[in-house]
Amino acid sequence: MMTIPEVAYLLASLLFIFGLKRLSSPRTARSGNLVAAVGMALALGGTFLLPDMGNFGWIILAIGLGAIPGWLRAKSVKMTAMPQMVSLFNGMGGACAMFISLGEWLRGIGIGFPWTGFMWGPEGPPPLPFERVLAYSFPMLLGIVLGAISFTGSLIAFGKLQGLISEKPLRWPLQKLINVLVVLGILGAAAASVNEISFWRYNSAEIWIIVLTVLALLLGVLQVLPIGGADMPVVISVLNSCTGLAAAVTGFAMKNMSMIIAGTLVGAAGSLLTVLMCKAMNRSLAKVIFGSFGGAAQGQAAAGQADKTQREIAASECAIMMGYARKVIIVPGYGLAVAQAQHLVHELDELLEKRGVEVKYAIHPVAGRMPGHMNVLLAEADVPYPKLLDMEEINPEFEQADVALIIGANDVVNPAARTDPGSPIFGMPILNADKAKNIIVIKRGRGTGFAGIENGLFFNAKTRMLFGDAKKALQELTTEVKAL
Amino acid sequence: MSALAMIYIFILAIFTGVEVISRVPTVLHTPLMSGANAIHGIVLIGGVIVLGRAGDHAIVFSLGFIAVVFGTLNVVGGFVVTDRMLEMFKAKPTAKDKDAK
Repeated sequence: MMTIPEVAYLLASLLFIFGLKRLSSPRTARSGNLVAAVGMALALGGTFLLPDMGNFGWIILAIGLGAIPGWLRAKSVKMTAMPQMVSLFNGMGGACAMFISLGEWLRGIGIGFPWTGFMWGPEGPPPLPFERVLAYSFPMLLGIVLGAISFTGSLIAFGKLQGLISEKPLRWPLQKLINVLVVLGILGAAAASVNEISFWRYNSAEIWIIVLTVLALLLGVLQVLPIGGADMPVVISVLNSCTGLAAAVTGFAMKNMSMIIAGTLVGAAGSLLTVLMCKAMNRSLAKVIFGSFGGAAQGQAAAGQADKTQREIAASECAIMMGYARKVIIVPGYGLAVAQAQHLVHELDELLEKRGVEVKYAIHPVAGRMPGHMNVLLAEADVPYPKLLDMEEINPEFEQADVALIIGANDVVNPAARTDPGSPIFGMPILNADKAKNIIVIKRGRGTGFAGIENGLFFNAKTRMLFGDAKKALQELTTEVKAL
Repeated sequence: MSALAMIYIFILAIFTGVEVISRVPTVLHTPLMSGANAIHGIVLIGGVIVLGRAGDHAIVFSLGFIAVVFGTLNVVGGFVVTDRMLEMFKAKPTAKDKDAK
């Protein structure tokens, strides 16, 4: 016979699978999210009906304490800040897995770990077999480690995207050696804790578990700090599947089917998503994690030496160029999103269309800060979908475009990715904006982009720079186009 | 439940997870990541169980309590943020319809 919680878990697992399936198609995505949410509610409801449960008042209080700020924050956050928000919530999940695994481990000690059947001799209890203790505590130890890494790693990723921590890749001496030592320390502490338990020395086992937790928390920080802001989407995706895995192993420890299934689903789907993202950016995962942007400083220095000038242009001139063009391709980047200028772009686009100019948008797979982020932002501004074209679709069209208007994008149009094998972004697929007849770049200042790399496109003879905040520049542009 | 059964489920779930999202378009990468993020909030269940069975063990109780707070943040925040992102995609068919008319 199945109990009510078991039925609830079974249904929840099915709903998670259907939800995830629906989430991967644009038309059904929103309902997919709701389906998964219903599954979550079912699983939660079923849990209340499990035997031996208590503390219900406290549970409700804790849920309230999480739900209210979670809801308010999620409702109020700006669309541009979505990536860091996802990262933050992900970190919360990691912390949850870590605390659960710690709690389960301690509870195991409290009830003397369920290794009954061992007879106490006159000289006290005999030592337990090491493998058996290891097999029992392995899921909890893994849950602590994975949860802790997701927790601090996600917080660092959040800090970097939010601008609380430098987005530049941070380096320090002996970085790799230190990481290896921390990993060895984690393995050592895990082995020591298992060993101590097998000799019934719970107090020192507890100390080792604290060492293990602290080291794992440290590892999350050490792993993410050296990674540059441009790679954060990949990092968040990796940490997302890491939390999924943490949820799954916690499910192993607690013998909870829905946790195993949901956690594993996310772990697997998240890993695939990470691979897809890396493909879109043409970065190998190993390079993201173990760092390759170290060469950035040299490339920059070399580029800076050549004699190069950026040609400025006034908004009125830009308006003339675009107003009398046949085809304009807009390349939106994160700068556009930061300036909250999506709606203005749409307005400019409509004005130009009225004048008979063909306007299209070139969306780089990683425009914005996460794959698909720019589509979300432009959809928010009611830009019709058929005008948003993927990189593969739009790239052949640049040659016919009279004007490529680049708004706050940098690395995704950097020709160095095609031509300069020494560049840290060499090999990344880019938008061929440099093939357009004229290029207008709206940019806040002369600095380098997200990845800290000099962009040759800005010094191209066809390129004109319109310096200023994207919002202000676009306002001027629309006024000028109206006046034509 | 035997460990072996759990491992079977683990392996099958890996294949399901990969299969289910294998054809996702780039447009949906961000919402999908966010949705998956909400789903791994299932750890909340574990937190509830730890707290519910903590009895009077003060440390386990505190750990469980914190876990439930964090887990709920993950679940509620995750689903709401995903919904807000996907809400904007709703405009898509209507915009297309308008164009068609």
